[in-house]
Amino acid sequence: MTAESPDVTIQHLLRELAPQVLGVVVRRHRDFSMAEDAVQEALIAAAAKWPVEGIPANPQGWLYHVAVRRLTDQVRSEVARRRREDAVASEVWAEWAFVPPPTGDIDVEEDDTLVLLFMCCHPALTPASAIALTLRAVGGLTTMEIAKAFLVPEATMAQRISRAKQSIKASGIPFSLPSDDERAERLSAVLHTLYLIFSEGYASSGGPQLQRIDLSNESIRLARMLYALLPDDLEVMGLLALMLLADARRVARTGVHGELIPLDEQDRSRWDRALIAEGVSLVTRALAHRSAGPYQLQAAIAAVHDQAARVEDTDWPAILALYGQLEQISGNPMVSLNRAVAVAMVQGPAAALDFLKTLDDDPRIAGHYRLDAVRAHLYERAGDRERALGHYRTAAERTASVPERDFLMMKAARLAAEPPQKPREAPASELT
Amino acid sequence: MRYMLMMHAPRGDGEYGITRWSPDALKAHIQFMHDLGKDLNASGEWVDGQGLAAPGEARIVRADPKGLPVVTDGPFAEAKEFLAGYWIVEVDSTERAYAIAGRASTAPGPDGKPLNMKIEVRQVLSAPPTDA
Repeated sequence: MTAESPDVTIQHLLRELAPQVLGVVVRRHRDFSMAEDAVQEALIAAAAKWPVEGIPANPQGWLYHVAVRRLTDQVRSEVARRRREDAVASEVWAEWAFVPPPTGDIDVEEDDTLVLLFMCCHPALTPASAIALTLRAVGGLTTMEIAKAFLVPEATMAQRISRAKQSIKASGIPFSLPSDDERAERLSAVLHTLYLIFSEGYASSGGPQLQRIDLSNESIRLARMLYALLPDDLEVMGLLALMLLADARRVARTGVHGELIPLDEQDRSRWDRALIAEGVSLVTRALAHRSAGPYQLQAAIAAVHDQAARVEDTDWPAILALYGQLEQISGNPMVSLNRAVAVAMVQGPAAALDFLKTLDDDPRIAGHYRLDAVRAHLYERAGDRERALGHYRTAAERTASVPERDFLMMKAARLAAEPPQKPREAPASELT
Repeated sequence: MRYMLMMHAPRGDGEYGITRWSPDALKAHIQFMHDLGKDLNASGEWVDGQGLAAPGEARIVRADPKGLPVVTDGPFAEAKEFLAGYWIVEVDSTERAYAIAGRASTAPGPDGKPLNMKIEVRQVLSAPPTDA
């Protein structure tokens, strides 16, 4: 990132104000979908005007008033249309049209942003819809920015957002914090959505899409915001820590041509020490409490890797124990797969290969390329070149990611080029 | 997940069968494609979609030993089918991609009945690496 230009300052300010203003508009005018459209228009108007005219003295108030004016215009034309069609205009519409805008400061409520996050990440939405709506309504991004980030046409993204809002309407999701008994489930949907945004951004760094907004930074910003709102929630802490600890390695994990560099080959001097320190401190605080949730455990694993100055310093027994805990609470075969890599580091590849056999009957992962990728890696460490080659090639054919396919093909090609029967002393390697 | 759906149209006995369909059959076919595109837009799944020019216009280009392009007639001279167009869709599941392809396959033909065209479904390698 270069030094912040005035335009970037305005952009950051707008993204920060977006959920606050939207909260006020929704509380006052009830219809989330229309309010969200109106705030989006206000943001676009501000992005055009403020760089020329300067940031207004009360930027929140400015955005609020422009949004309300758009909303009122929309309501008026709707009322007029209904009058033409139907002599009796809806009272609701009429009532809205004549709500006088407040003057001066608007009453921002801190919980609004949280309510919006819960709403946009509601489990009734598909992940793709939740991601798009969260980035727009809470992140304050424009439809065009989101469309570019996900490489789809703007019209497609606009439809995705509008369908997400329809689902919210249809499910009757209220504009309020979830009740205590559904809070855990709803929060985990919020965390999952932010994590998906992070993964999308983390993966695409170094790719050819130079104009894309940085989704990793956006998700970290949203996670920081959530942490500020819920400073005592251990899983929020865990998610933020996980993002920071993974992001710390971002520049080191792709080569100049966007190729993947696995953890054991990364230049650790390029890891971001400040992010690691922050992530480690967060996860340490989170783990001081009793029951660790999945994000805390994943963050703890990332912290162990990040704290090893050299790959051979990695505390594999600690990682193995953490994966064991994570496996127990998640029951996710992907976790078992990662655990297999740790098993290999502690007990050797043969034990890990034995353990992997238990996954072959799990329909959630049987035939998945990562199972082949891990097997290939283990057979390579065990010195079984033929099997390693076969699994690397199968994995390369099955993955849906270009950098990963290239990585796996290169592994296979290098292995095939080696003289046979040479006993291999493979370096410690991790394929998480 | 992103998929490319490739429409393999029957070549018929002529150069480009569809140019000899009746106006009504043609209209129904065009309307079908239009509706499909509109629905994919509305569902937020549309990424791209294009019809391709008649197969007789297709050319194959290869570099000669000096690296200069050599243009020859298209690949469809002998083929029974040709690539008539494609869609790129972003969907929540493979099954959904198959459902869209299934619908595309029912595009009406010269007699108004479904053509049952072959739709080749291929995943686009757009996923992020799972490494995190």
